[in-house]
Amino acid sequence: MKYFLQLVLAGLTKGSIYALIALGYTMVYGIIKLINFAHGEIYMIGAFTALIVGGALQITTGLPPLSILAISLAAAIFFSSGYGVTMEKIAYKPLRNAPRLTALISAIGMSLILQNYVLLAQTSDFLPFRSMIPNFPFLTPGKSLVTTTQLVILVTTIVVMVLLTLLIKFTKMGKAMRATSQDKVMAQLVGIDINKVITFTFAIGSATAAIGGVLIANHMGQINFYIGFLAGIKAFVAAVLGGIGSIPGAVLGSLVLGMTESFGAGYISSAYEDAFAFVILIIILIFKPSGLLGRNEIEKV
Amino acid sequence: MNYFLQETKKSVLSALWLMILTFPLMVLKVNIFESVVTLRWNNMIWIGIGTFFLSWLWRFLLDRKENGSGNKTQETEIPGKFSLRKSLNEKRIKIPTLAVLAVLVLAFPFMVKFYQVSIMTSALMFVILGLGLNIVIGYGGLLHLGYAAFYAMGAYSYGLLYLYWGVQFWVALPLGAVSGAVFGIVIGVPVLRLRGDYLAIVTLAFGEIARLLLENMSGFTKGPEGIAQIPRPAFFVKLSLQGATTYLFYICIVLVLFTIFIIRRLEDSRIGRALEAMKEDDIAAQSMGIDLAKTKLITFALGAVWAGMVGVLLASKTTYINPGSFTLMESVMILVAVVLGGTGSIPGVILGAFLVTLIPEYFRVLADYRMLMFGVALVVMSIFRPQGIIPRVRKRYLVGEDKI
Amino acid sequence: MSRTILDITDFSMVFGGLRAVDHVHMHIDEGEIVALIGPNGAGKTTLFNCVTGVYTPSEGDIRVSGSDSEMIRTNGKKPNKITELGLARTFQNIRLFSSMTALENVMIGRHPKLKAGIFGAIFRDKKTMTEEAQVITDSLSILRKLDLEKYANEPASSLPYGAQRLLEIARAMATEPQLLLLDEPAAGMNPQETKELDDTIKRIRDEEGMTILLIEHDMSLVMSLSERIYVLDYGKMIAQGSPDEMKSDPAVIKAYLGE
Repeated sequence: MKYFLQLVLAGLTKGSIYALIALGYTMVYGIIKLINFAHGEIYMIGAFTALIVGGALQITTGLPPLSILAISLAAAIFFSSGYGVTMEKIAYKPLRNAPRLTALISAIGMSLILQNYVLLAQTSDFLPFRSMIPNFPFLTPGKSLVTTTQLVILVTTIVVMVLLTLLIKFTKMGKAMRATSQDKVMAQLVGIDINKVITFTFAIGSATAAIGGVLIANHMGQINFYIGFLAGIKAFVAAVLGGIGSIPGAVLGSLVLGMTESFGAGYISSAYEDAFAFVILIIILIFKPSGLLGRNEIEKV
Repeated sequence: MNYFLQETKKSVLSALWLMILTFPLMVLKVNIFESVVTLRWNNMIWIGIGTFFLSWLWRFLLDRKENGSGNKTQETEIPGKFSLRKSLNEKRIKIPTLAVLAVLVLAFPFMVKFYQVSIMTSALMFVILGLGLNIVIGYGGLLHLGYAAFYAMGAYSYGLLYLYWGVQFWVALPLGAVSGAVFGIVIGVPVLRLRGDYLAIVTLAFGEIARLLLENMSGFTKGPEGIAQIPRPAFFVKLSLQGATTYLFYICIVLVLFTIFIIRRLEDSRIGRALEAMKEDDIAAQSMGIDLAKTKLITFALGAVWAGMVGVLLASKTTYINPGSFTLMESVMILVAVVLGGTGSIPGVILGAFLVTLIPEYFRVLADYRMLMFGVALVVMSIFRPQGIIPRVRKRYLVGEDKI
Repeated sequence: MSRTILDITDFSMVFGGLRAVDHVHMHIDEGEIVALIGPNGAGKTTLFNCVTGVYTPSEGDIRVSGSDSEMIRTNGKKPNKITELGLARTFQNIRLFSSMTALENVMIGRHPKLKAGIFGAIFRDKKTMTEEAQVITDSLSILRKLDLEKYANEPASSLPYGAQRLLEIARAMATEPQLLLLDEPAAGMNPQETKELDDTIKRIRDEEGMTILLIEHDMSLVMSLSERIYVLDYGKMIAQGSPDEMKSDPAVIKAYLGE
């Protein structure tokens, strides 16, 4: 029983991280119909930024850990959004009207650039990440079941989810985002500046990914330049599973994926853990390409 | 003057922005163990200067692209303008050039050090891989990111056939090609209904699954340790390392020519046209009687055949294979060769393949920056020259008195 | 007695909650030129799409005349199969193979009538080579019929607009259809081009023996060309008959001019 609950928690935790990344994928796809291959790298950059800023602060100042955590988180969000927005301006904006294949190749190129940029600027080694999340005393009795970081991850994800939903539903920008994703031309005709909307979407998507990056770094205790790739692919699978373009779908898909991986690894085989994501992807795309919550897009002829 | 000022301002802003953006990663270096924080300010200066000039160039090129005649996906011939391609096609230049080339190629292994022969052989193998992927992407328009899986299939079919049944090179070669084709169809069936982006991701997923399977089925495939001592091709007798590699070099030359020959025939045929129609507009193609499902499967199979073949070549060249040689990175590199050289263009892909394999070899200095440069190449080519370095030239048909 | 080429009975197309086409009956006989008209959004292109296999009809039957004059039900068949049965179409928004030349576009139209496969492509046996030479000749002659020969080696996207529309028709003709479905062939054409199109379509019917069904908004073209007209509005067939009858039909006038 305890093992089962542990798996559930592990699954939810993974799922939450995937959700934070998947949100970025799904929002960008909804707006410009592009799979941002380089999105996983944004997540990785968030983790690295937090590591570096946090580490630097730890060494050079005597600030309390929670302040360091807060500052590193803010830094990660700021810089990841920066990279996301810059990336869009350089590699995607010129290709807005180009065939999808071309934009996709550009995205792949961007992914390579960012991965190797971090590799060269920093190191190829795994860098240890001392967790900055203090232990909550009230959790000690249940420590074997749920750790502090797990709880923090779950709570943070829920908070982000709620904030994002409020943003999309009630703010002017949120409405503009929805309009643009439904009909770009029409949105422009009613006066929406789609460049701003797209930039904002990338910024928000990158921000949530950055949060995911910081959380995972705290959770796993180490990071390296390659973590973006695998996490990115899985988050993408999650987004597709839930229905690409749908925010609740991204969350649902992520949780399903997280649980599947956790239970699959726990009960079937841990060697094939990564394969589950791929298998799910293939199954979903064959049987229900629009995902669990997505709408069937009918091509107009 | 105003223009100049404006452009300078933009470049300065870009430079400042990038300097800030890259600060944590490029400038800071943190060593937790020794509690040391290093500041590499010179990086920042380089970024600033580099961005200043590059952003200027970038904007200039973008402007030119927007105001230009739009992206051509192929060359249109302008009468009178000098064209290398045209002059090469004239009989009196073509034949001597080919003769010289042939002599150079044949004499090559005896003119250079052995190591160069080995490198050139790898490059030739990569050319075939590029040409194969080109069928799928350049003619069929299907973005395939798992091509390395077919490559792996070919290599492992030789490896396993040798391991369990002692099969030798010349038998393995056609079998490898066949296994590639079969696997191509196997991957093709589930993705029949997918388009564009989804197809790309799923093929990527298949590639990864293939690798994971190879790694984990240790009992059958020997897992990460791989299969060793795979025999080289024998020329009636077993050859030395030098001899066998030289032999392989000639075999590769023949196979490259063979590949080009077959692909050119396919290009100019009913099947070739069907593939292209599917790439241009699959709904219109279907309305013209083209069976999309069948054509897609054919595309995958035709593309995979070559990878299977090269897989066998790889196994016999290095005599050792393991799943690590067939990663996503490999698939991406082949993609870079095709995109960089010229999607859909045979000479383009050949050039691209040579660039991708030989530049890292001969410019060892840049070795660390290899992947970074490939990434940049993909982005830059996509934006400014999606047709590649040597774009496709379409066949001109004889119409009335028109001469080619 | 001319045989029926296309027979549509009680056909409906439902998308989610929307009934795009509602219980429509229609038939086309050999050698006719029939027009399908109606305000925008009436369901005309949807009907085309169902007939050509892009969509599967939700209700009803669509039947096409087979080689032995037996009527074959085409519901749910793939577009390429329906083309093989002798139906070819053009598109409302031009869907040419833009980087291929005009000649190559038409050559693709010959696809269903050819036999060569991979084997033929690689080995280039006599049969394949003869077939290939024939393809080029046949395609050129089709281009000639529509006065497009001069564009043979030009990329399709570089042709003037009117020529592109004609090229789509040429490409469809290359499949040797018994029924040619033209979706707004005159869209964007000036009066001169429209007049030429009028003559061209009549010529195609007379010289090639093709039956024609067209969707059109240009009323002068419709009146001049068609022998029978079907009128669709909000998915329902509100009238059918000769051009003269339609001109004075109250339901038709109401549909176009509103209340």
